[in-house]
Amino acid sequence: MEIAFIIEKLVLVTILFVATLTIAAYSTWAERKVAAWLQDRVGPNRAGIFGLLQPLADGGKMFFKEEIIPSGANKWLFIAGPSLALLTSFLGTAVIPFGQNIELFGRSIPMQVTDINVGILYIFGVVSLGVYGIMIGGWASNNKYSLMGAIRGASQNISYEIAMGLSIIALLLVTNSLSFKVIAEQQHSWHWNFFYQPLGFLIFLVCAFAETNRVPFDLPECETELIGGYNTEYSAFKMGAYMFAEYINMFVSSAVMATLYFGGYNYPGMDLVNETLGATWGPLVGVAVLLLKIIAFIFFFMWVRWTIPRFRYDQLMNLGWKVLIPLAIANIVITAIVITVVDKL
Amino acid sequence: MESLSGRKKVLEQKPMNFWERIYLPAIFKGMAITFSHMFKKKETIFYPEEEREFSENWRGMHSLKRDENGKERCTACGLCALSCPAEAITMISAEREKGEEHLYREEKYAAVYEINMLRCIFCGLCEEACPKEAIYLDGPIVPADFLRKDFIYGKDKLVEMPINELEALKEARF
Repeated sequence: MEIAFIIEKLVLVTILFVATLTIAAYSTWAERKVAAWLQDRVGPNRAGIFGLLQPLADGGKMFFKEEIIPSGANKWLFIAGPSLALLTSFLGTAVIPFGQNIELFGRSIPMQVTDINVGILYIFGVVSLGVYGIMIGGWASNNKYSLMGAIRGASQNISYEIAMGLSIIALLLVTNSLSFKVIAEQQHSWHWNFFYQPLGFLIFLVCAFAETNRVPFDLPECETELIGGYNTEYSAFKMGAYMFAEYINMFVSSAVMATLYFGGYNYPGMDLVNETLGATWGPLVGVAVLLLKIIAFIFFFMWVRWTIPRFRYDQLMNLGWKVLIPLAIANIVITAIVITVVDKL
Repeated sequence: MESLSGRKKVLEQKPMNFWERIYLPAIFKGMAITFSHMFKKKETIFYPEEEREFSENWRGMHSLKRDENGKERCTACGLCALSCPAEAITMISAEREKGEEHLYREEKYAAVYEINMLRCIFCGLCEEACPKEAIYLDGPIVPADFLRKDFIYGKDKLVEMPINELEALKEARF
């Protein structure tokens, strides 16, 4: 384990951490702006030009508010809930390949913190842990509304994980590998997996909405039905942690979707660009393309939020178990048949 | 049951067809509508740079008017205080002295004239009752304040500024 390797990874982790925090903070800005534009109004525009310093103001507000812990609450679990949610959100960013190997200081550095050869399984494990954050937070609040919100959130999360996993299995049949790096490399230039697995992408998209608790699946935290859901009793920084965890989850889901189905850092014409710019600057264009795709997905999340009404709980469960799972299984069967037939030809 | 006015409409509750059941076409249509809203004119009014226009009949803050010669019209007759349904107006009258001919129109004037803005309901009855056309409700929205006593507006806030401000400020007795 040479020192250069350690420094490489440390720098990569730091950059990724800071970038994730910035993207999550500006997602809150983007959410308010996009929500405003879709509703014929202008979002925040007083704090700095176009309201760009608004996340700073919001962050400052989160810091300075009073931290209240309800008297009947379990103190350690109360603090552990949002911490766990935030932790598992950040863990998900570790396996995403942000670009091809970049040539710096004479070494070829991969733009991925770690290339586990079961990368997709790792993402699923981390996402499953995210359920704990909600459940613990809701239970520890000593509040019936929080408990209801936590129960609904937990059941929603585990129901839609199954369909997500099944849709990934179909993808696995196509790519023959669970590692993110290999999947990204296979989608060179035009061969994005979206064209091979459109139904799988649709199922994965719906399940991503459900996993991140975004509308139309935001029953755990809606205001009209549950006062505040699992984050009713949370005040300053812990509330900020929950909201941040939600936006980071959105970022990770967008990144995973962009990498698995939309080619990650690949774009048509990338060979030409890489030859022209060389191995130091070429991959950075790939990073920029991936960020663009992630931003497009985040915009899509927000766009759907302000269009569609919320699902009722039984409709949600119906969709998860009775519609998506059969559809995902059918997707697997069809994919397997097509692969077999194409191989025989 | 026979419908009495003929306006009864029987609701059609057909089962949804395949395209309706998968919700996706309806969702995409809705998303297209929302997206088109991004390119339409925004309805926001940027206060305090812009202000929303009031209608012609708007009743705002009171103002005690002066006539063409700069003299105060109000003669402290008390009709506005009588007509006020919220009993918001109080006044103390005084007699015009020898040297004050240019300040007040008639021999009786209001030395102290107070309106409690918290009581006032901005109905405009005082404006309708005044025989001298002295009080009008044509000012802006009454601004916010912290203490209750600061909402009792005296003559310094209510009388409109005369054309020749400086002389009147020097000589008027409040």
